[in-house]
Amino acid sequence: MDMPSPNPDILRRREAVLQQLLQVLPKDAVIHDPAETLAYECDALTAYKCPPMLAVLPETTEQVSDVLRICHAEGVPVVPRGSGTSLAGGALPTADSIILGVSRMNDVLEADYDNRFIRVQTGRTNLSVTGAMEEEDFFYAPDPSSQLACAIGGNIAMNSGGAHCLKYGVTTNNLMGVTMVMMDGSVVEIGGAHLDAGGLDLLGVICGSEGQLGVVTEATLRILRKPEDARPVLIGFDDNEVAGHCVSDIIKSGILPVAIEFMDTLCIKTCENFAKAGYPDCTALLIIEVEGSKAEIDYQLSKIVEIAKRHNPVEIRESKSAEESAKIWLGRKSAFGAVGQMNDYMCLDGTIPVSSLPEVLRRINEMSDEYGLLVGNVFHAGDGNMHPLILFDANKPGDLEKCEAFGADILRLCVDVGGCLTGEHGVGVEKRDLMSHQYAPQDLEAQMMVKDVFDPGWLLNPAKVFPLDASASRREVRLAAE
Amino acid sequence: MKPKTETELAEMVAGLSHPVRIAGGGTRGIGGPDATIQTTGLGDITLYEPGALTLVAQAGTPLAEIEEALKAEGQQLPFEPMDHRGLLGTVGEPTIGGVVAANISGPRRIQAGACRDLLLGVRYVDGKGQVIKNGGRVMKNVTGIDLVKLMAGSWGTLGILTEVSLKVLPKPEASATLAVQVPGAVGAVKAMSAALKSPFEVNGAAYDPQDGRAFLRIEGFSDSVSYRTDRLKSVLGEFGEIAEVTDTADLWRDLRDVKPFQGHDGDIWRISVKPGDAPDVSARLAADQLLFDWGGGLIWVRVPQGTDLRARLGAFDGHATLMRADAQTIEAMGRFQPETTAIKTLTKGLRQRFDPHGIFNPGLMG
Repeated sequence: MDMPSPNPDILRRREAVLQQLLQVLPKDAVIHDPAETLAYECDALTAYKCPPMLAVLPETTEQVSDVLRICHAEGVPVVPRGSGTSLAGGALPTADSIILGVSRMNDVLEADYDNRFIRVQTGRTNLSVTGAMEEEDFFYAPDPSSQLACAIGGNIAMNSGGAHCLKYGVTTNNLMGVTMVMMDGSVVEIGGAHLDAGGLDLLGVICGSEGQLGVVTEATLRILRKPEDARPVLIGFDDNEVAGHCVSDIIKSGILPVAIEFMDTLCIKTCENFAKAGYPDCTALLIIEVEGSKAEIDYQLSKIVEIAKRHNPVEIRESKSAEESAKIWLGRKSAFGAVGQMNDYMCLDGTIPVSSLPEVLRRINEMSDEYGLLVGNVFHAGDGNMHPLILFDANKPGDLEKCEAFGADILRLCVDVGGCLTGEHGVGVEKRDLMSHQYAPQDLEAQMMVKDVFDPGWLLNPAKVFPLDASASRREVRLAAE
Repeated sequence: MKPKTETELAEMVAGLSHPVRIAGGGTRGIGGPDATIQTTGLGDITLYEPGALTLVAQAGTPLAEIEEALKAEGQQLPFEPMDHRGLLGTVGEPTIGGVVAANISGPRRIQAGACRDLLLGVRYVDGKGQVIKNGGRVMKNVTGIDLVKLMAGSWGTLGILTEVSLKVLPKPEASATLAVQVPGAVGAVKAMSAALKSPFEVNGAAYDPQDGRAFLRIEGFSDSVSYRTDRLKSVLGEFGEIAEVTDTADLWRDLRDVKPFQGHDGDIWRISVKPGDAPDVSARLAADQLLFDWGGGLIWVRVPQGTDLRARLGAFDGHATLMRADAQTIEAMGRFQPETTAIKTLTKGLRQRFDPHGIFNPGLMG
């Protein structure tokens, strides 16, 4: 993975830029000591690291605006950052960039239950949005695995999903409005407590734009009343393909579970050793959760069990209580941690049409043999969002590169069967150079034209999302202009 | 002009030297130049996988054909697209491309999302005659900038859609509707809010002031529908007398298509607001007729011909679209909500790049 070399002219002006920032921000909001900027050298994709030139932690939209105005005038690239939990390198700095972290902006500005929305500052963590509504029994639906730590700003940048988006959709389906600061410091308001756009759907373009278009400082989010209850059923199979057919039959039957999670042998065993959840010894495991009143849950689970039985499962375990539900979820929720304790791993995020599941799993296992690297599969089966975990040894020379090549092959396979490179983690730097496999040059050009409109100088989160060669001429124009 | 293939359409656009109107079945009443590119030659469902809840169709495919194919598998378009023919007095066959281009959604939008929320991917021809694709046919996709949402609701001004992929959902087994007798808009919005705040998954909430009743719909498996309907009755008891409606499918189709306005003269506006603002906003319109959907968040307004509704509305949080009026009124009021300078700069920039010669539905959106 290459990043462009830092612009020496910007590095030379570091002190001047620092002084200007100190004039608009509280002293403790400007991080310039190299020992401290090191904290921002990477996000959750720790394979790539580079400390930024400076980092700032503004507390208000006005301060964000001041920072961007200064950086715009000085031609300094800005990398927006929520909580730094991106798995795609979305918040990876370059040495000549400024990290703009929104973590100090974490207030709830308005919670309106009658009109079913909440307005928050975007540094607020995902889980604490729901936390703020606990007493009213409301929740914010998108639930990425990192929800304890990840910020709403990052969720908007990456259009984050989660296990429950089969029913409730991803961030873009739950985002009603934003306050966004443009690279030149101007502030725009888009959307709000009403539904849909009155003109072009700019909100839809901003969500998932990975910090390429502006810095979102406030967000209006759709909120929902919590269901009366929710319970899962666990179903084990001796064959991946059969498990895949079972998923398809459940979906076709008219039931809309809130989550359908899938784990393969390696993940089942690893999670069982780690969490002692009592998982059966089998090839494929499904965890299917439904919601509603007790009677509704019983009815839906009985229908699911009836369908599953037609596929000769090795085990069916219907949760009857909160304790049993927690136990069923325990293994799945600790999957990444369990695998991480055992080995270094790279987590992929390709999405495939559900019907291609058996074929893709078979090909991944074949490739695993070819590369000599183990891979575990845990994913959101209802919507085809896979999370293959490739195991490698970071201390073994060449293993990371081999793992990257294997990962790229899996993602290309996802695209070739009609899917995409990333379902919920984003492109960042990780999948940047694979974009040309999914999109033709004119498709990428159309996307880059959007950035041209919002950020004509290409200063926001540079060298991400678009393959370097595709964006080269635009980034060079910026350098030439300085 | 009615191209038969995407390639033919692209070549046609590349050779254009004058502006064109983009049309599917021409039922959405957008007006525009006489020269028309009609997509009805691209009329096939290209892929339908019921087990994956996805359908891909060429833009000119008749909506009725899609609904028929879905029905055969017990599925439907969850966003319940409205049919504009009765309201606008248009004729023709609505197409899926038109639905997407105008982001047409119906009463279920409050729960299932708008058309744009169920739209997974698009192919379109831009103003230079290039074929562009974005998104795909999978439910989760964050690969690059999301032009799918941008194309939905762009009314053909950024490109001509050639193919769309949509997420579909099972058709509910049962549907029930409660009607609550309410004294006026304030009470109606309160009752609808209470229903939508409940955990009983209300997916339709409309109020017809002439009829005096607010309607609340619940859908799903039969037992679940009767259970939730019962529970909802106890939530709504304090707002007025409750009765169960029997012909629920017809009722919601009529509300979706704004049937109460049909056959009456005057201009028709569509306003999106915060539901709680609906009583105040509607009160200052001096309208001949009102209809509330989306729990109050959508207000249909009928006023005498040529009324300057934007003046009566003043500044408000939301947007108003002029759906039916004579050319002179549309010219004077603008069909779409005027944009702030900052937003106008962005949308103008996008239009200049997607349609550099300004040939697609010029003037429609500004």
